Amino acid sequence: MSKRIRILIAKPGLDGHDRGAKYVARALKDAGYEVIYTGIRQSPEAIAKTAIQEDVDFVGLSLLSGAHNELFPEVVRLLRKEGAKNIIVFGGGVIPEEDISFLQEQGIEAVFTPGTPIQKVLNFIESKKEKVLA
Amino acid sequence: MIDEIVKKILNGDIRAIARAISWIENDLPDKEALIDELFKQTGRAKIIGITGPPGSGKSSLLDRIIDLEKQKGKKIAVLAIDPSSPFSGGAILGDRVRMQKHATDPQVFIRSMASRGHLGGLAGATADALKVLDAAGYDLIIIETIGVGQTEIEVMNIVDLVLLVLVPGLGDEIQALKAGVMEIGDIFVINKADKDEARRVKAEVEYVLHLKNEDSKESSNPIFMTSATQNTGIKELVEGMESTLQQMEESGLLKERRLKRLALELKRILSSKIEDHVHHFLNTENNLELWLDQLAHRQAAPYQLISKKVKQVLKEFKKQ
Amino acid sequence: MDKFKKIEEQKKQWEEKTLNKVLERFPEQKETFTTGSWLPVERLYLPRPFSEEEYLENVGFPGQYPFTRGVQPTMYRGRFWTMRQYAGFGTAEESNRRYKYLLEQGQTGLSVAFDLPTQIGYDSDDPKSVGEVGKVGVAIDSLEDMELLFDGIPLDKVSTSMTINAPAAVLLAFYIAVAEKQGVPKDQLRGTIQNDILKEYIARGTYIFPPKPSLRLITNIFEYCSKEVPKWNTISISGYHIREAGSTAVQEVAFTLADGIEYVQAALNAGLNVDQFAGRLSFFFNAHNDLLEEIAKFRAARRVWAKIMKERFGAKNPKSMMLRFHTQTGGSTLTAQQPDNNIVRVTIQTLAAVLGGTQSLHTNSRDEALGLPTEDSVRIALRTQQIVAYESGVTNTVDPLAGSYFLESLTDKIEEKVWNYLKRIDEMGGMVYAIEKGYIQKEIQDAAYRYQKEVEKGDRVVVGVNKFTMEQEPPKEILRVDPNLRKVQAERLANLRAKRDNAKIQKTLNALKEAAKEEKENLMPFILDAAKAYATLGEICNVLRDVFGEYQESIVL
Repeated sequence: MSKRIRILIAKPGLDGHDRGAKYVARALKDAGYEVIYTGIRQSPEAIAKTAIQEDVDFVGLSLLSGAHNELFPEVVRLLRKEGAKNIIVFGGGVIPEEDISFLQEQGIEAVFTPGTPIQKVLNFIESKKEKVLA
Repeated sequence: MIDEIVKKILNGDIRAIARAISWIENDLPDKEALIDELFKQTGRAKIIGITGPPGSGKSSLLDRIIDLEKQKGKKIAVLAIDPSSPFSGGAILGDRVRMQKHATDPQVFIRSMASRGHLGGLAGATADALKVLDAAGYDLIIIETIGVGQTEIEVMNIVDLVLLVLVPGLGDEIQALKAGVMEIGDIFVINKADKDEARRVKAEVEYVLHLKNEDSKESSNPIFMTSATQNTGIKELVEGMESTLQQMEESGLLKERRLKRLALELKRILSSKIEDHVHHFLNTENNLELWLDQLAHRQAAPYQLISKKVKQVLKEFKKQ
Repeated sequence: MDKFKKIEEQKKQWEEKTLNKVLERFPEQKETFTTGSWLPVERLYLPRPFSEEEYLENVGFPGQYPFTRGVQPTMYRGRFWTMRQYAGFGTAEESNRRYKYLLEQGQTGLSVAFDLPTQIGYDSDDPKSVGEVGKVGVAIDSLEDMELLFDGIPLDKVSTSMTINAPAAVLLAFYIAVAEKQGVPKDQLRGTIQNDILKEYIARGTYIFPPKPSLRLITNIFEYCSKEVPKWNTISISGYHIREAGSTAVQEVAFTLADGIEYVQAALNAGLNVDQFAGRLSFFFNAHNDLLEEIAKFRAARRVWAKIMKERFGAKNPKSMMLRFHTQTGGSTLTAQQPDNNIVRVTIQTLAAVLGGTQSLHTNSRDEALGLPTEDSVRIALRTQQIVAYESGVTNTVDPLAGSYFLESLTDKIEEKVWNYLKRIDEMGGMVYAIEKGYIQKEIQDAAYRYQKEVEKGDRVVVGVNKFTMEQEPPKEILRVDPNLRKVQAERLANLRAKRDNAKIQKTLNALKEAAKEEKENLMPFILDAAKAYATLGEICNVLRDVFGEYQESIVL
């Protein structure tokens, strides 16, 4: 058997700044993961449904417009509603320090702000691998 | 556990369908039992392959086809194949971006697959993933191949009908296409027909098809001019797909193809089973180093060594 | 040429006697040096064989073809650039207060930032707007909001730039309608709408319609304004966002000018005369940290555009050949770490823009990598421009770096590479096809990926991020937008819908729909009618969505 980790990189909301999302997608590919990319302007519902159809292990959300407090938790809520308890959600973008603990309470397991080295993201995924493969 | 997931799949449970495909992709232990169980419920879906060079707009075209097929009340599933990196093993699966407006539609299921080293434009698990979708009750299943060129003939072995998408501006590539891949198309689509050179491409395709069909009793293949971005010609294409499939059904060609497909599949399973047994018996994994050592020191020669091993295997088979 | 033979000889001697000795003992920091966008940089540039004819043809005089040295003969000796800070957030009332503050602080023009729902043509109460209302700019749903936005600001006195693209025609209509209410006639209005849809497909993402109807809307505006709003800049062809998406300096110029070519061609195809509209085209570029490369970039851009307009499109009026541009300092160069360092980055970028001959400038605030800028940060950003203008002395002569051996060489290099790209895009059948194919996006992504890899590996130093970092960052103050804004706007919309003449709305929207179906019809008057009747932005855009359809992203990763 040869389980490969699958990761959905998604852009909720209306902002079109996808430089970061695309960079992360490419870097994850280079690290050996299978990355599904949604493109911009995705509703939380579309992201949750995509995650389930693609049977991913992780969902990474990227948003720079400031709408993260509304949209990130909504993705988590919809995933859990559809019974996808195992999917790990993380996020990135222009996110103020003080919002991070709120997002974590809402089930976004890690939040990466601008300037974060990609290795930190890779380490995070690596640290959850056991849980995913179980 | 298998009974449970099979039951869910037959009920059209999206999460179960998605998990089953991963199960197959990851080659989990119970995969065979799962497929056998589902196989009994397959044979109803129409399966279509879309192939063509990169940049020909396959995904956009597919997006438009889904629009129309959805209106007819059909349930549609898509398997979109993208290549895995030969270096990292990773992949970026981005085909669904152009179909993402269907993501929330309960009538539509889209799944991206990485080739995981499989050659021929598909993923190794594609054929079996089809069975999951067929059993789950999708009326139409469409496979989008990677689209790298001439080697992608495998798709014709797993679908009912192949659409070959071509576009203007490919230059020499059309020459290369003539060399082989043209053989696999049942329906030809000239996409980006709003571009001026589209008519020239059509003429070239007509010429090549003329050569192909001269010594064949089959009727000439239909050609459609479309523009996925301008949304023109799609309706005609969808009607063409339907009538071609109907003709194939009436003429018995569809049945013939499906039997051929099963035959190929049986042969494939047989070969791989035999291979597994042989490797198991010879304990290849552990002995390989030893054999290589013998070869390296010229204590044995490759044909001689393998012939000896095969004889051992045959002897064992006779005993059983 | 013999002229520089002596220099060549002496250079050899210098290398042998002086340079090599030093190199042996003190090797240079790197084997090869490049600009920020990977153009090779040599150790030393020397005078090169440069004929008089060559100077006159390629460099020339300011205010004259090919405008390498600037579009005005006196540049900043006559008047400084327009200091124009992009601002807007929350409700129209809040933004109105910020504009008045900026005008009091000595800003000379307004620049309106709209929130994302406005930019994509959704009303604040649309389900797609959840979370986004008022976040990256001001929420404008109807003429009513626009009236509040410019309350007490005389539109015959200020020039207003609006960053609006897909629904540019609608926001321009709102603006014209507000002016009318203030008693200001259309032909007195000065300002700019961004109105550049192609770069939205490439880099910025706030598109609505497919390319063909989008280009039609743009040419409709060109035509309408040439007759009715003659002082208005009808488009701001933008490289800014292309650069933000990670392009090189060369790509920024090449793809922006390629977009420009497409717009000019579209207008010509619609039957307009080139000199009728080309003088109102304006451009918008980024200013990054590599000071000299940026200056060379601006000079090269002016030269290439002048040649395109004269040689390719046969423009006769010199105004049609002038590349006039706005600059914004590079948002993507700002760091969330040690945000005060950004003030220094912005200063360098300001110098790049000014030495490159910009017509107007926005300087970013230090805290923009953290969220919306505070009032303090905005003021420092504006002061940066004022210090460069009044204290640095670089404004006292025109194009002060012309004649620098390195800078002229770099200008030529960038020009050459820009032409190469333009040729390739032409071969593909133009910019629309190159975008639909994903070629442009892929070129930019590759550059962005390369850049980020260098940062990750430490080959490219970003101070405070991968070198000279601090364990404990000082706390940061940020501005927050009221999260209940969507409700406030929704209530306002509900009130509006209740009190306006809805029969009239239906009538104007139906007329717009019928006109949209007729390719030859100019849509501006129809949009203006609907706007004046208080049809909302979303209602107007939905009518057009019905007729035109929506664009689907083309990405190649």
